[in-house]
Amino acid sequence: MAEGKWREKIKMAKEEKSLYKERVDGRKFDELRPISAKVGVVPNADGSAIFSQGDTIAIAAVYGPKIFHPKNQQNPEKGVLRVHYGMLSFSVGERIRPGLNRRSQEISKVTEWALNPVVMLDELPGTAVDIHINIIQANAGTRCAGINAAAMALAHAGIPMKSMVSAVAVGKMDKTIVADVNKEEEDFEEGEGATDMPMAYLSNSDKISLLQLDGRIQTDKFKEALEAGKEACKKIFEIQKKALKEAE
Amino acid sequence: MTPKEKAGKREIVIPGEIIAGGEDILPGDWTTKEGKNIISLRFGIVDKSDRLTKVIPLSGVYIPRRGNIVIGEIRDLAMSGWMVDIGGPYSAFLALRECPGFIEESEMETVYGIGDLIVVKISDVKRTAVDLTMKHRENGLGKINDGLIVRVNPHRVPRIIGKEGSMVKIIRDATNCMITVGQNGPVWIKGDNIKDQLFAEKAINFIIANTTSDGLTEKVEEWLKANGGKK
Amino acid sequence: MTYKITRKNVAEALNSNERLDGRKLLEQRQIEISFGVSNKAEGSVRVKMGKTEVLAGIKMGVQEPYTDHENEGTMMTSMELLPLASSNFEYGQPSIEAVEIARVVDRGIRESRFIDFAKLSIVDGEKVWSVFIDLVTINDDGNLIDASALAAILALLAARFPVYDEKADKIEFGEFTDKKLPLNLENLPLTMTFFKLGEKIFIDPTGEEEDVTEGRITIEVSKPAGEKSEMINAMQKGGDATFSVEEVGSMVEEATKIFKKLKSLVDEEVDKFEKSAEKGAKKKGKKD
Repeated sequence: MAEGKWREKIKMAKEEKSLYKERVDGRKFDELRPISAKVGVVPNADGSAIFSQGDTIAIAAVYGPKIFHPKNQQNPEKGVLRVHYGMLSFSVGERIRPGLNRRSQEISKVTEWALNPVVMLDELPGTAVDIHINIIQANAGTRCAGINAAAMALAHAGIPMKSMVSAVAVGKMDKTIVADVNKEEEDFEEGEGATDMPMAYLSNSDKISLLQLDGRIQTDKFKEALEAGKEACKKIFEIQKKALKEAE
Repeated sequence: MTPKEKAGKREIVIPGEIIAGGEDILPGDWTTKEGKNIISLRFGIVDKSDRLTKVIPLSGVYIPRRGNIVIGEIRDLAMSGWMVDIGGPYSAFLALRECPGFIEESEMETVYGIGDLIVVKISDVKRTAVDLTMKHRENGLGKINDGLIVRVNPHRVPRIIGKEGSMVKIIRDATNCMITVGQNGPVWIKGDNIKDQLFAEKAINFIIANTTSDGLTEKVEEWLKANGGKK
Repeated sequence: MTYKITRKNVAEALNSNERLDGRKLLEQRQIEISFGVSNKAEGSVRVKMGKTEVLAGIKMGVQEPYTDHENEGTMMTSMELLPLASSNFEYGQPSIEAVEIARVVDRGIRESRFIDFAKLSIVDGEKVWSVFIDLVTINDDGNLIDASALAAILALLAARFPVYDEKADKIEFGEFTDKKLPLNLENLPLTMTFFKLGEKIFIDPTGEEEDVTEGRITIEVSKPAGEKSEMINAMQKGGDATFSVEEVGSMVEEATKIFKKLKSLVDEEVDKFEKSAEKGAKKKGKKD
């Protein structure tokens, strides 16, 4: 039903005379880039996965749970997730110097917040679960690909979870809402320009665990964006599910 | 996958997946019930019986249970016993008084030193603290001096042991090796020579590669025959 | 961590000249090579040796030359032991393990004169190309040095200059030319590390085997044109063990044999890569 409503909106977008009438790579507004996913790609890890969305490739590995008693923990009855996200130096055009940077720090944290709600940390008191995410090739939507890979790696590692988490970057190019933004779209400058909204949905409750905004968006358009994200994440969940079921 | 192939494999589910519906069905291990739906909380295999649906995990840490026989590594010597690593985030302890005979504190290291592997029994579990015992040696408890250890995911252990020990017996007979399976994963293989031991290890790895198949026993017997099994 | 008893088994197997995976002492694991790991890199490759997996990416930049090498391009090698690859790796300052690998790989490439640094100069004394060789581990199951060194060479062979607007002094990253790096192919260096346990010398250990080694010697070999014998371009002894003169001599001899085998593998893989790149370019041409 929601999809029907959204198709109406796409019609409206064309009537609205948005400057972004067709996507640069020919996709439909609600169409995702080609996706491939596989688990068990890092033999040493307890769980691992690789997730490619178009030209963006993310790899994630999970180690744990392991014994961990941090000094200032609010709730010792719960385990903790430690997420580290990093881009490889050659994943982008202009080389990224290896080492810590502020963008990675922020993304590590929002990724942790995106995954925490589903991981049953009460079942793992006094422990830490380490999640390592690396971007091998970047073409927008890297934090989302990272979350998709990490969620699969967590499940693969046998961490108890209430649900899967699926993420996608929804965009607004001038007046048009699209799902799964690519780099060219991110750089779109005509009219109202590009707005980038990475978001993540829990697979079985339509609840949002990641939500960020880079750009500006009208409040009524924003609701459309949330709907677009929800539909896209459902599709991504199916792919994550298939990859786990095909694990060797 | 063709339906025939599907029939040979058990149903794998992932966290958040709805696996059964019905007012009367009870949520078993690693599931939760929301309204009428039974939802999986793990990556695992569905086990549906009349009234109960549960998920058998395919991966994850070992959950220590009283009475389990486990294979642990001596991590450290403490005042009156040994700290043992049984895998996962647990603190396992083997007290001196839980060992048969009388051991002086000064002798402790010669009995079990750091890095030694022991076959030991779980006597009690309190959250992440696990108490071990070496009493009742007739269970095959004691130090591992030689042989081969295969590290196995604890969730595969039931398949390696088989119904009432049937699977492990098949391998023992075919390879001429003594095989002790720790509930926490490690499998200890002891034979007369390295060749036999390596053969048994390959057999164990074959089981692991095919855990989700039906008719595993026949497959294993075939494999053993084809690869030089003794029986 | 490897169990004590497993170490014993590994050592015994090595001592009987037959390893737990059935290999002989001087037998290499299966090597898998695939190019184009990142389409944003000027060159990239994935190398697998058994379960060990390493990625190498080449990134290029334009900068001022160093004052003591005014007419030469620059090169820098880095190695990241990603915590993704093993529970033994941590975040923070590069460990000595990472630093050693980067420096040994770097020396071999530099000393062999594989890269013609003079040809990397754009404007002598003012602007030169800099080549960054970035190595990362994806899974550590032993012998990272050899996997990394091989990946570095392959990535250099696959690398192509990015489009560079000299007037504007701007690199169009993501747009590549057909121009290969200025490499002296006859100086191509290949690395092999010999490990020692007791009296036994072996190559390409798994993670478990590496845990029991007492020492190692890494040798980087090339066969330059016009030289009667092979050339050693870098050498590194690691670990506490000592080596006899005879042992080192036989390692060097063995290294020349391994070099031949590796070189033909490299030639084969690069040939495959270049043929498929040609096909791709032709297809593109047809489309246009």
